[in-house]
Amino acid sequence: MSMNTQGRPTTPGGTGGAANSGPAALLPTEPLLFEIGDRDHSGVDLPDVEVPDDRLGGLRRKSELDLPGLTEPEAMRHYVRLSRRNYSIDSGMYPLGSCTMKHNPRLNEKIARLPGFADIHPLQPVSTVQGALGVMEQLSHWLMELTNTAAVALSPKAGAHGELCGMMAIKAAHEAKGQGHRKIVLVPESAHGTNPATAAFLGYAVKSIDANAHGTVDVEAVKAALTDDVAAIMLTNPNTCGLFESQIIEIAAAVHDAGAYFYCDGANFNAIMGVVRPGDLGIDAMHINLHKTFSTPHGGGGPGAGPVVLSEALAPFAPVPFLRRDGQGIELVEHVEHVEAEAFGRLTAFHGQMGMYVRALTYMLSHGADGLAQAARDAVLNANYLKARLEDLFSAPFNGQPVMHEALFDDEFLKGTGVSTLDFAKAMIDEGFHPMTMYFPLVVHGAMLIEPTESESLQTLDAFVATMRELAEDARSGNAERFTSAPVRAPLRRLDETRAARQPRLKWTAPDDALQAAQ
Amino acid sequence: MRYLPHSAADRQHMLAAIGASSIDDLFAAVPKSVLGTFSPDLPDHQPEFAVEAHMRGLAKANHAAGDGPFFVGAGAYRHHVPATVDHLIQRSEWLTAYTPYQPEISQGTLQMLFEFQTQVANLTGMDVANASMYDGSTATAEAVLMARRITKKNKVFLSGGLHPQYRDTVVTYLSGEEGLECLSPSPEGQGDIVDHIDDDTAAIVIQTPDFYGHLRNVSALAEAAHEKGALLIVVVTEIVSLGLLEAPGALGADIVVAEGQSLGNPLTFGGPYVGLLACREKFVRQMPGRLCGETIDADGKRGFVLTLSTREQHIRREKATSNICTNSGLCALAFTIHLSLLGERGLTRLAKLNHSRAIALADMLEAEGVEVLNKTFFNEMTVRLPVPAVPVVEALAAKGILAGLPVSRLEPGKPGVENLLILAATELTTDADISALVDALKGEIA
Repeated sequence: MSMNTQGRPTTPGGTGGAANSGPAALLPTEPLLFEIGDRDHSGVDLPDVEVPDDRLGGLRRKSELDLPGLTEPEAMRHYVRLSRRNYSIDSGMYPLGSCTMKHNPRLNEKIARLPGFADIHPLQPVSTVQGALGVMEQLSHWLMELTNTAAVALSPKAGAHGELCGMMAIKAAHEAKGQGHRKIVLVPESAHGTNPATAAFLGYAVKSIDANAHGTVDVEAVKAALTDDVAAIMLTNPNTCGLFESQIIEIAAAVHDAGAYFYCDGANFNAIMGVVRPGDLGIDAMHINLHKTFSTPHGGGGPGAGPVVLSEALAPFAPVPFLRRDGQGIELVEHVEHVEAEAFGRLTAFHGQMGMYVRALTYMLSHGADGLAQAARDAVLNANYLKARLEDLFSAPFNGQPVMHEALFDDEFLKGTGVSTLDFAKAMIDEGFHPMTMYFPLVVHGAMLIEPTESESLQTLDAFVATMRELAEDARSGNAERFTSAPVRAPLRRLDETRAARQPRLKWTAPDDALQAAQ
Repeated sequence: MRYLPHSAADRQHMLAAIGASSIDDLFAAVPKSVLGTFSPDLPDHQPEFAVEAHMRGLAKANHAAGDGPFFVGAGAYRHHVPATVDHLIQRSEWLTAYTPYQPEISQGTLQMLFEFQTQVANLTGMDVANASMYDGSTATAEAVLMARRITKKNKVFLSGGLHPQYRDTVVTYLSGEEGLECLSPSPEGQGDIVDHIDDDTAAIVIQTPDFYGHLRNVSALAEAAHEKGALLIVVVTEIVSLGLLEAPGALGADIVVAEGQSLGNPLTFGGPYVGLLACREKFVRQMPGRLCGETIDADGKRGFVLTLSTREQHIRREKATSNICTNSGLCALAFTIHLSLLGERGLTRLAKLNHSRAIALADMLEAEGVEVLNKTFFNEMTVRLPVPAVPVVEALAAKGILAGLPVSRLEPGKPGVENLLILAATELTTDADISALVDALKGEIA
């Protein structure tokens, strides 16, 4: 193995193995930064100024940084090569139910990079950021109009952070009414894992509500669970089975009659934006994932943004900061003490994901109210088209009714084939598609949750259908090997996740032979 | 509607395949009373140029940091970001990828996160780091919760030098829980935090450089905490400082949380930023957030996956370590590219350059008779003006100079802070900027 000047191997070391790991021209392998970088390399030209010790309190660094550098061409190649080992929405369809990956318009990126948005400090005088506050005000207006709610808390940094915000508002409202004894939160079995985690985070006991035979929450089951110590219900609508909770108005009324609040997980708002207003259904709080519904890019896992809309009942409890308009302009209220209402506190430093507000507002203006409604309708159309074209081969647990933005299948059609849901998903990779969401929701065995979104064309949907049908037929014809060995046409074959969990290696360390070479 | 691919004929074709006569039929489960019964006060779709003009108008109503002399810090810092960073993060395969749930076709993101974790661990002097948090303030709150899980004790002390909005975030996260004590904010010192530690203490939280710019002696606090079985959580809001200052891990910290915005990420009015969280190896299973680990594929080739997910909400539901189900992937990417470009040599130089600009700022202020409170600082300091700071800052802003943060904005009603102003310098602060500031300041306080 060759070494660089720090005794770091310059080819993939450890378990990598040399056979077949060479860089095929368009399917590159790429060593780690720590294997190609060098302590003396830098891609940034900076003068080397000497600084005295007298203002450093004896705390000047003595330990090694151990951070290799790359020159600019080295960095460019490293990160471009790595990028080519990623699937993305710009390279193909992501039929990930409950995750929602739609087209990310580049106009949003262009606008977010204007110095007037990107190069402003959260704590510079409010008089110098009236345009930024204008973005927040307009975004708030859009969100409240689309949901028919009384207030919005913009600061939550992701969907799950929004859940925390909404549930904190609910907790604060109960406490203000002397109802602090309410310690139970009802959560349907089919909910995202973040819902029970959020309720537990705030000290609530979670009581699960079963789905009925139609894949929705039964109003009678909710009524039976609504005791005097229930604080809230956390319901997802449209739900994770892709269905609209048709009894939602009755459920909301029952929840309110019992003195509890209705938290709606708004992760799937993309199915109804501009068509149905959640406030009309009786919700008290709902987070909206800007990165799902309003197309801000997900960037390999984040950042997200999870503003929360609030009903009249909960509006006084919204956290700081929020906006107040006076004659002069827009004011930013940053302190609990400055609020006549009963804000529960602060969820993050500064004001939230401004970069995402800009992108979401740009997207909203581009689509307009008419375009957002059409987008929701096309998302629903696409999901039902896939369902219609697949349901003779794929088994669907809650058949016979239209779905909303996503279609749910189970693994019944794979019974006896020796092919698991996971195997099937990995075979999709070989056919050029990102797999659908697997094993979620938990209410269905071997769940396959498919969400096309509105930005997939008819041609793409037909190609996806053809691939899915071909794979299902092949699995049922006994060709299990194709599935159990998949993927074979991805940069890597199937990865050993058990090994990663049993012997965690979470950072790079120099291999022993390299250490010896350096000594 | 340029983002929607269907023609009217496509929609008819699809409806025929479904066996529905209209899209409305597909909304059959929605109660009629609420379906499309409203007309929102919102405009219809617009051409790209019109949207751009509208948004440019809003952008123009802001005074950008680069428009003139600029000295605001307090947890967010204006640094130069190499053009390469923004070019690379805008590549489709980075920008428009989803969470790497399918590792075989997400090795770019996963390897990047593994490199990021290694850089953060090395920089902070800790054993392990996670794949990033929302930001520094929420990472601090999660670190406090983590320390309580580890020690099974409740009491937590927050130093008075912790950023007030970080303090407020922690207080909110722990609302209703007992044992949290915030020590009185003080621009002069860390107070008597050591005297508060007892056998029921889960953790103490300190920031260095602290909110007022002072560097903190982490070692003594670590020793005092460990003697009582408590953990030391160290918060770093200016990550560039670690290029010059000793790593918290080398000084005895148990958990290090930081704001990573300074590397690769623009100010953007406060977000999105990137939270860093690193800790000792033995605490790894109590960490919140995502982790990327190394493994092998079916051919024995090295690869990376998301791992230790049995801590996470999608597996553990109400028993998860945290409700977090994302990270700041793209911001972490920007951070790691910028740090790779800098490398050891570049980060050290950048840190020294920042400190030298701050020395120049302090020297020029003191030469003009402005009182600088700090004996120690990295790139930020607190000055005491003879008059209240807020009107001074407003007057300077009207002249195009963004002069710093009046402490009273974040500590309203706190006695003794009305005249305090926190000023930051970075590598972008020129002598001309400092002269302009000092001249304008003299005019206001004379």
